[in-house]
Amino acid sequence: MSGGSEKALKTPGCANSEPSSTRLVATLSIAGLLSGLIIVSVYEATLPTITAYQAKVLREAVFKVLPEIDHIQRLVYVDGGLTPKDTEDPEEEAVFGGYDAAGELVGYAIPSAGPGFQDTIRLLYGYVPSERLVTGMEILESRETPGLGDKIYKDLEFVGEFERLAIDPEILAVKKGTSTAPNEVDAITGATISSKAVVRILNEGNRRWLSKLPAASGQPPAKRRAVPEPEVSATTPHEAAAPSAAPNTDPQQPAGSWPLEAGG
Amino acid sequence: MPKTQPDAYQEFFKGLWRENPVFAQVLGMCPMLAVTNSAVNGMAMGLATFFVLVASSLLVALLKRWIPRQVRISSFIIIIATFVTVTDYSLQALVPAIHKELGAFIPLIVANCLILGRQEAFASRQPARLALMDALGMATGFLFALVALGSVREILGEGALFGVDLFGPNFEPWVIMILPPGGFLTLGLLLLFFSWLAERRQKLAERLAEMEVEGS
Amino acid sequence: MKHRDPKLLVQPGPLLKQPLTTSMAMRDVLIALAPATLAGIWMFGLGALLVLLACIGGAVLTEWAFLPADERRDQLGNGSALVTGLLLGLTLPPALPLWMAFLGGVVSIGLGKIIWGGLGYNLFNPALVGRAFLLAAFPVAMTTWSAQTGSADFFQVPASNLAAPLMHVDYDGVTSATPLGLMKFQQESTALWDLMIGKTSGCIGETSGLLLILGGLFLAFRRDLDWRIPVSILAAVAAFSSLLFLIDAERYPGPLFSIFSGGLLIGAFYMATDPVSSPLTPRGAWIFGIGIGLLVVLIRVFGGFPEGVMYAILLMNAATPLIDRYTQPRVFGKGLKSPQGGQE
Repeated sequence: MSGGSEKALKTPGCANSEPSSTRLVATLSIAGLLSGLIIVSVYEATLPTITAYQAKVLREAVFKVLPEIDHIQRLVYVDGGLTPKDTEDPEEEAVFGGYDAAGELVGYAIPSAGPGFQDTIRLLYGYVPSERLVTGMEILESRETPGLGDKIYKDLEFVGEFERLAIDPEILAVKKGTSTAPNEVDAITGATISSKAVVRILNEGNRRWLSKLPAASGQPPAKRRAVPEPEVSATTPHEAAAPSAAPNTDPQQPAGSWPLEAGG
Repeated sequence: MPKTQPDAYQEFFKGLWRENPVFAQVLGMCPMLAVTNSAVNGMAMGLATFFVLVASSLLVALLKRWIPRQVRISSFIIIIATFVTVTDYSLQALVPAIHKELGAFIPLIVANCLILGRQEAFASRQPARLALMDALGMATGFLFALVALGSVREILGEGALFGVDLFGPNFEPWVIMILPPGGFLTLGLLLLFFSWLAERRQKLAERLAEMEVEGS
Repeated sequence: MKHRDPKLLVQPGPLLKQPLTTSMAMRDVLIALAPATLAGIWMFGLGALLVLLACIGGAVLTEWAFLPADERRDQLGNGSALVTGLLLGLTLPPALPLWMAFLGGVVSIGLGKIIWGGLGYNLFNPALVGRAFLLAAFPVAMTTWSAQTGSADFFQVPASNLAAPLMHVDYDGVTSATPLGLMKFQQESTALWDLMIGKTSGCIGETSGLLLILGGLFLAFRRDLDWRIPVSILAAVAAFSSLLFLIDAERYPGPLFSIFSGGLLIGAFYMATDPVSSPLTPRGAWIFGIGIGLLVVLIRVFGGFPEGVMYAILLMNAATPLIDRYTQPRVFGKGLKSPQGGQE
């Protein structure tokens, strides 16, 4: 046993145990400083892996909810239009555009969130504006009841309900086995509340985004806006692809326009 | 325990059973109940706590000479918090899936009274070698308890152990076991079981002692 | 029996009212439950009988296993485990796997009674503890309601009943929603007469309302239960559901539907009146009953579940010690309320 130090700790009467307040402050400051240094270095060391993983999860989800896409581009809504931007900023509203091999826009992957049975459900769904269809839904985060509510992502039949789902006039959750219209989803038996929450979150996402999305167009908006960000253009492939004018199937929007509040 | 064993071994083994942090001291209940819905989660939490406890006990025992008594708790917390944050980032980078499951409970290791308790009660008063053995024993005991609880809950709640399916597709999961009430129920039953074992052992020892007295 | 004095108002207990009080009360409860039980078995077939037997088996075996050897004869002889098992079984769906019913019996006695110190010390009604556990553990099996089989295929036991322990087999017959389920999720009402005679799907013993009332009246007549509790529960449910019904008759069910649907009658007469877990004083009994009635209506109408009797009774069970404490009568000759709590 190391006698000296132990005595100092145990017996307050020692002269040793009445240090000046300067020493107390100094001890804590040094401890805090060292601690901060360690934390910062670990943070710096692990940050790239962490963000890369998060981006990968999100990318995979985008590819799951949009059919037959070749590459994607993160799009940020600024000043009434969509701008490609790869860096994350939680303040911004962003969707993902999915493009096929020829660089044509297939659809958008839209993130949305809302309250479920237990806690907030965060999900991503694919939307094809040319057909006004939802093409897939992927739950990113949920704490629904295991065995019941978690079927919103474990029950593949339910997840499958969101492939080619019409959004007009609104997506509806109906009792299992009774869906007839293209905009109806069979709710999960025993998890009606969670199923309805998912549908509500999708409708909420539609309300927020449909008016902001330009109709189908062959090019990532980067081309039109000509954002001179070399980083972005590097990650935006098919620059050389001919600007193919995809037919605008949205009756409410003139082709080629970038509407502010039209449509939806 | 026979007296012939060296101190260090005793410090190690007491944490496994006789002074097990969960079954004997009932410490660290928050992570115990919150994350043990599967054996893997229990093990991950146990290992994270293991690392933090052992590392901070060792550091506290080594640094105690320079830590003034008046600010010792704050210093312990700084040390513990540093290791917890390091663990948090490392898990997030290395095993993101498990980090997602454990969620908010990794940062909360700071507040695990088991860890601060060992610093104050043991590491700050004993030489580093003993402090290390004590921390290793306590951490192993905690890990054991978390895995035991997680295993019971996963077997009943999912019909699996460490993700390996045990009963086939027709198994009916006990949903309650993966929910918070299942944690309380299982912990209560385990505590009951271990105190029953302890009581039985004590009775046996008493009877043995009586026999010895009679025999002598 | 010979010491019975119906005019004697015994309060606040526990004053010995009659010899062998527990086992006689239990026998009366069994007699009172017999018609509803037989009706349930008749309507749902042999499977229902097996579920009841599994519950009783689980309850009695657990009681036997955990009692010290010298108390077994006495405690098992009074039939309280038998009644707990039967009451649990009556509140289970008829097609429930037998191993779940058995487990429910084990939990009822183990977690509902033994762990508190045995008969007389439990805070909650043991049968409802078992049911709450089963509902939380196996929500799907506990809410799969088989349609009534009728007498023709009485001996046909559903495959789901016979699932191997820890396993499940999907129910193979016709399922149908309970009246409360229909009300909650499809806004469909059920004919009142069907509710009264029990021609609906539901738990084994909760459907035949008239027989349950009959048994309840028998118990009240024999003074085995405190009549204030069922009366206040039913009155409170009637009052609160009438209020809602008057506000919006389209959305909320009427008072008679509320009383005869679900487990309200079996809960009000046989479970809430459990002398161990209900208040001892008359005033306490009124508060207890009104509280249950209010909670039942609140849970049914605004909660996530179609039925709320079980949770309502369990919640008020938890409040019982408090109610007892605040309704203690004055000690004769003293101006202040007795400082003692509602301890047994």
